[in-house]
Amino acid sequence: MSKQEIEIVVNGTRCEVKVNATATLADVLREELGLTGTKLMCNEGECGACTVLADGVPILSCMTLAVDAANKKITTIEGLAEPATGKLHPLQQIFVEKSGMQCGVCTPGMILTAKALLDKNLDPSENEIRDALSGNICRCGNYHRITECVLIAAQQMREAK
Amino acid sequence: MNGIDVFSPTSLDEAFSLIKQQGRKAMIIAGGTDVLVKLKNNKITADCLINIKGIKKLDALTYDRESGLRIGALATLSAIECAEIVKEKLPVLAETVKKIGTPGIRKSATVAGNLCNAAPSADMAPLLMVLDAKVKLAWENGEKIVSINQFFKGPGETILQPGQIITEIQVPNLPPSSSVTYLKHSRVKGADLAQVGVAVMLQMAGDTISDIRIALGAVAPTPIRAREAEKILLGKAATEKLIIDSGMAATREASPINDQRSSADYRREIIVILVRKAVNSAMKQIRGES
Repeated sequence: MSKQEIEIVVNGTRCEVKVNATATLADVLREELGLTGTKLMCNEGECGACTVLADGVPILSCMTLAVDAANKKITTIEGLAEPATGKLHPLQQIFVEKSGMQCGVCTPGMILTAKALLDKNLDPSENEIRDALSGNICRCGNYHRITECVLIAAQQMREAK
Repeated sequence: MNGIDVFSPTSLDEAFSLIKQQGRKAMIIAGGTDVLVKLKNNKITADCLINIKGIKKLDALTYDRESGLRIGALATLSAIECAEIVKEKLPVLAETVKKIGTPGIRKSATVAGNLCNAAPSADMAPLLMVLDAKVKLAWENGEKIVSINQFFKGPGETILQPGQIITEIQVPNLPPSSSVTYLKHSRVKGADLAQVGVAVMLQMAGDTISDIRIALGAVAPTPIRAREAEKILLGKAATEKLIIDSGMAATREASPINDQRSSADYRREIIVILVRKAVNSAMKQIRGES
């Protein structure tokens, strides 16, 4: 057996892929589907860089077997901008404007984790943001600006409502 | 990890027959946060994975006034952290879970997996030991319930035989006038393993300690109960001196090692401090001072 055919829905598109049975979701996203926005860093669940959303919930794609992602709606950083216009999500936009990233490797995971938080709570405190992002490591140490970006994005999203 | 088959049974019976069919090299996987890391790093080998995540009802988290809390094998750390029933009946469990890994890890990792992995530093273990928890094991033709105190055999080793699966962890109700504390000492507050973990269950009758359980993590080949340390305080009115004596006794029951996280000597010193803090904090809670 060791190769398995799976169907996953990524950023609204249904994809059929034939993968090693033990392939992780991160492997499939990056190697099979070419969605390299999802970063693979520690590859052992410690750093949060590989975070994607499964049915809106942040999960570690390096610690998720692709077979377990079948039947779930996966959102990667590539799926965040408006598909028709390419308009960036407010979180993406503010990260660009306010230098929410330095080297950028943690950014997709940070933004997706922050999005899941804002989807649940559009008015989080700074502590709630830090708590939600506590599993996403920024090796550049840019936490202060990242937190600030999420606060501003939340405010903008509240105002736009 | 290439070349390893993955089977995803939807019932325990199916899981047992798959394990039998596949032989000894079948590895059970649930949350995967330990198994996948070990497979990726070639720390373990397996011919196939039995992925039990799809087994129905195994993620149940239930409470009964008589028998206490039951944690299904697939209940994740995150489920424990968020469950209202846990916050209400056993808040120390929710607080302890928060000290493990990161939010992402807690979404996959299970309590049962934390026990099966049998790391000497497993945070759930000392806590469940002082709570007098029991582990329910099942296999093809039977099941049994064992005390968590008998569960660990060595680093990464448990009494689980090939073909056996933990199906449930049973946590009895706390006795009246009692309190439980788990303290974790680690290098950083975020995702890090314990350098020392100390759990204390304390019951008071007036000023006297009428029951006490102390368990230590990360300072011996397995999580351990510090029974000599307990004896020093049992039946006594706790004084600061007795509490420190108890902590000192605990260091003699421990057999810590030097590793990248700390020296054995440092661990011994921290045991005394944590036992003292945990006992004092439990007493304060019982007296309603915190």
